[in-house]
Amino acid sequence: MKTNGSPSLRDRLALPVRDIPRSGIRDFFDIVSTMRDVISLGIGEPDFDTPWHVRESTVFAIERGATHYTSNLGYLELRQALSGYVRKKYGVTYNADHEVLVTVGVSEALDLALRAILNPGDEVLYHEPCYVSYRAVILFAHGVPLAVETRAADNFRLTRAMLEQQVTPRTKVLMLNFPNNPTGAVMSRQDLEEIAAFARERDLLVITDEIYAELTYDGAHTSIASLPGMRERTLFLHGFSKAWAMTGYRLGYACGPAEWIDAMMKIHQYTMLCASSLAQKAAIEALARPETDIATMVDEYRRRRNFLVASFAEMGLECSRPAGAFYAFPSIEKFGIPAKEFALKLLEQERVAVVPGTAFGACGEGFVRCAYATNLEQIKEAMKRLQRFIGRLG
Amino acid sequence: MEELLKILQTNACASRADIAKQLGVSVNEVEQKIAEHEKRGVIRGYQAVLNEDALNLDTVTAVIEVKVTPERGGGFNRIAERLSKFPEVRSAYLMSGTYDLLLFVEGRNLREVASFVSAKLATIEGVLSMSTHFMLKTYKRLGVLMDSSHEDERLTISP
Ligand SMILES: Cc1ncc(COP(=O)(O)O)c(C=O)c1O
Repeated sequence: MKTNGSPSLRDRLALPVRDIPRSGIRDFFDIVSTMRDVISLGIGEPDFDTPWHVRESTVFAIERGATHYTSNLGYLELRQALSGYVRKKYGVTYNADHEVLVTVGVSEALDLALRAILNPGDEVLYHEPCYVSYRAVILFAHGVPLAVETRAADNFRLTRAMLEQQVTPRTKVLMLNFPNNPTGAVMSRQDLEEIAAFARERDLLVITDEIYAELTYDGAHTSIASLPGMRERTLFLHGFSKAWAMTGYRLGYACGPAEWIDAMMKIHQYTMLCASSLAQKAAIEALARPETDIATMVDEYRRRRNFLVASFAEMGLECSRPAGAFYAFPSIEKFGIPAKEFALKLLEQERVAVVPGTAFGACGEGFVRCAYATNLEQIKEAMKRLQRFIGRLG
Repeated sequence: MEELLKILQTNACASRADIAKQLGVSVNEVEQKIAEHEKRGVIRGYQAVLNEDALNLDTVTAVIEVKVTPERGGGFNRIAERLSKFPEVRSAYLMSGTYDLLLFVEGRNLREVASFVSAKLATIEGVLSMSTHFMLKTYKRLGVLMDSSHEDERLTISP
């Protein structure tokens, strides 16, 4: 409603919110959801069911009445289990009393991490193509996003040289995400050492989103937090959405230096209070036998990855070999049309949904993201249709 | 377990070409490996997993716990093999606990199973006692849920 002289509501919105466009993924979803019989390679969450023992324990948690607020940091039992898991799996030790915070997904943890550390104008270095929310959360926290472009020619790995080109004296934070959404890229220990040295020399804080850490297919994952001199400047983010197929539970966590965790806890305390008690109980159960739950899923993802990459090769689509997460990021540059148009045409003509690379940053132009969190039969059919489609494109 | 066997165990119909692509090896290699496994008897056969309840057959399955006297030298093997050779016995296992052998016996109707149990099984030398249970409904077989009314709850596109 507009009354005389007063500005429209749109003009009264907070500027960083008003000025940021809706996620490109969202627009695409609106189109796809009007269509039937679509095979979607556009889903960024596992097709596997949450392990039954985890779901069953959630029912038990309800029966037992674990339906109240928990400590702001999260149940101590869960923080202890998390601390043990991170130490065993990634070789970094965090004190469960004041260095671990349980959050509503990695999403909340990312937001808290940035809000706790940024003053208006502080710069955040991050690499694109990247998860759709990075730029937005930086802006919402009044930071200045500095995107570094990774390239297919480097298998979408990040190098020190790329960072050197963008860094300024106002840069405060470096954000990392490997294994990467949307490219499936991973970083070896050696790759990370170079980045760690850069962060130490520039005295940068590091936020590392390792939500896909369990999902690597050609070797074990290294966390940058485990490298010498990094623990004290690094915030390690992880959660249950991907490896345990628990997206709807909304559970994540942050591990890091006590001061940083404490600052995040303050925001969390006033804005979220605590993560869902039921999700926390489920997470405790999930940590009881992670190896068996995850191993079968990882084996299946690896087979699908192999299948997808081989199929792309057969139809002459260039794709840097994805080694983690459940995404492949083939190049469609040679067809000479924008990624969005490619995706729309593919959807209209063959009913296969992929996400235009531009949803993950401007440098995603010329690529589409294909998620293999879909059963092999569907992937196979999707590849048939894709081949037919690009045959017509020439 | 070997990757190839895992794939076949969940889908024995998977084409050799698809398997090769999943494992990142040649079709030739897959064929050779399978042939080897068949020859060595690691792969004993390929069967469809049927939801027999959906077929409205009148067949009945009995699960029979059998106590037997083990023999010097052969242990349980000789008698277990002897029982297993009846085509009515679909599966047979040696068990720990209060009985020795567990048999899954199938027949066209109750009478047929009953007569097989009393006329054949019960009279075999070494069989001490049996306890027969009839199966009423199958929920899951060989890792496959029989009720697969399972919708994909996920959004069609997500970040
Ligand atoms: C890189 C990355 N970070 C964070 C998230 C969000 O995770 P959560 O469900 O824990 O909020 C996703 C989900 O797609 C992701 O890909």
